[in-house]
Amino acid sequence: MIHVESLTKKFGALTAVDSLTLDVAEGEVFGFLGPNGAGKTTTVRMLTCLIAPTDGRATIGGLTVGRDDHAIRARVGILTETPGMYDRLSAEKNLTIFAKLYGVKDVAGQVDKYLRMLGLWERRGDEAGSFSKGMRQKLAIARALLHEPKILFLDEPTSGLDPEAAKLVRDFIAELKSEGRTIFLCTHNLDEADRLCGRIGIFRTRLLTVDTPANLRRRLYGRKVVFHMKRLDPAWAEAARALPFVKEAQAVDSRLIVGLDEPEEQNPILVRRLVELGAEVQFVGELRHSLEDIYLNFIRQETGNGE
Amino acid sequence: MERILTIIDKEWAEVFKNRIVLFTVGFMPLMFTLMPLAILFFSRNSDMSGDVADLPPSFRAACGEMSAGACMQVFLVNQFLLLFMMMPLIIPVAIAAYSIVGEKTTRSLEPLLATPITTIELLTAKSLAAAIPAILATWICFAVFVIAAPIVGAAPPVVASLFNPMWSLAVFVAGPLMAIMAVNFAVIVSSRVTDPRTAEQTSAVIIVPLLGLVFGQLAGVIVLNAQLMLVVISLLVLADVGLIYLGARLFQREAILTKWK
Repeated sequence: MIHVESLTKKFGALTAVDSLTLDVAEGEVFGFLGPNGAGKTTTVRMLTCLIAPTDGRATIGGLTVGRDDHAIRARVGILTETPGMYDRLSAEKNLTIFAKLYGVKDVAGQVDKYLRMLGLWERRGDEAGSFSKGMRQKLAIARALLHEPKILFLDEPTSGLDPEAAKLVRDFIAELKSEGRTIFLCTHNLDEADRLCGRIGIFRTRLLTVDTPANLRRRLYGRKVVFHMKRLDPAWAEAARALPFVKEAQAVDSRLIVGLDEPEEQNPILVRRLVELGAEVQFVGELRHSLEDIYLNFIRQETGNGE
Repeated sequence: MERILTIIDKEWAEVFKNRIVLFTVGFMPLMFTLMPLAILFFSRNSDMSGDVADLPPSFRAACGEMSAGACMQVFLVNQFLLLFMMMPLIIPVAIAAYSIVGEKTTRSLEPLLATPITTIELLTAKSLAAAIPAILATWICFAVFVIAAPIVGAAPPVVASLFNPMWSLAVFVAGPLMAIMAVNFAVIVSSRVTDPRTAEQTSAVIIVPLLGLVFGQLAGVIVLNAQLMLVVISLLVLADVGLIYLGARLFQREAILTKWK
């Protein structure tokens, strides 16, 4: 659905996006992570035909950026970093203007639909300037959806929102995902990316890595299982290490953390062995590194390389 | 066309909620219409033979057989014609400054640029939204002036002068050209500033050439007539072409998003 090949953007001597290559499949939610100034917004602007790439090629839904810009803009929805509403106009008027600009057939119907869907119906006559940050963001999301785009670019959709409003927006994105829309999500919120995105790309001027969150964890940390014991005998870590399939074993407080390749197959053997040694196993669970750990790891590696 | 009309509708709905713009669009035409009418009213029975002697010789010669009072009234009306022509300069500047800089400060231009609208459509819509009220205000005020002048006591030669080609050229040709020039000048200024008032004040420089004409006529250096108006119109056409070219270059998506301060 989104195909990007060696996409580059330079502003004078500054390279904002360096040879970005990636593919986003139809119906996929792709998380685009990176620090401030990494070039995420520039990438979104190039893919939505707001600015022209210096080099490289991109197609959006089969249409070529730089050649079919008008058609691309008509087919994609974009939530810009700041909602940018017309503050003196009502919510309904704001949406009506954009519905007309997108050439929506049933303007009133679509405006009503999204005002209701995002819980803004009761406030439809109020000026957008009187709305809270969360409501403005919801209105901006409604604006991006009026023409029912199959591809959505969301630039920091929950940035600056309180937890309740952020959850509402996240739930709505999950709903859009379930409708089969392709979503390109720029976010700083790693938990959000972890929950919503099938794959994530970590980006800092160039793409550092791209994979599913699970694969990134595996690639960086391997798979680890935590055995919570009533009491831990350090000898049990030794015993675990003696097993041929155990890659590493560490005793931490009353927990035994074991590195395994195939926990589904190897956990029962390990539990049996520990019980034989007298361990009282309370819980067994997979150790999940947060996406934040993974993200910081890549960014630090990149910073190290850069220096 | 639908998209242009949508933007014009949006511009008017938003910009006319701004009190400063409303004041400019409402008060200025009222002032520039009522003031000359008041002067005509108060000068209708005055003996101005002494004052006529103070008029520039070139203007006195242009009065021909007119009475002193009529010649003086024609001179006063000509001065006001020039002030009257400030309307198509000031009104578009106020609207365009608040519309474009307003969009910059609220960052509403990016979502707008992300729609299928072309930059030419957007610039045309913004230009029309700013120019149409100015042109309409100028024409309506001129119509009111023409109708009211004989009622308030303008001498017949004064009323007749309102129908001469110079007035028609000024109001119906130079006025719209001035409005287009003002809008594009405001676009250029607005691309560089972040405050609507600064944009409006800086763009107001556009009235300087007009003030030059006012003072030129007062000093007797020039006499407004149809020939001079044709020269002014030619210069306006050249200025419009240049400013539209510059405005359109600045009003490209990439320039707006990456270069506008």
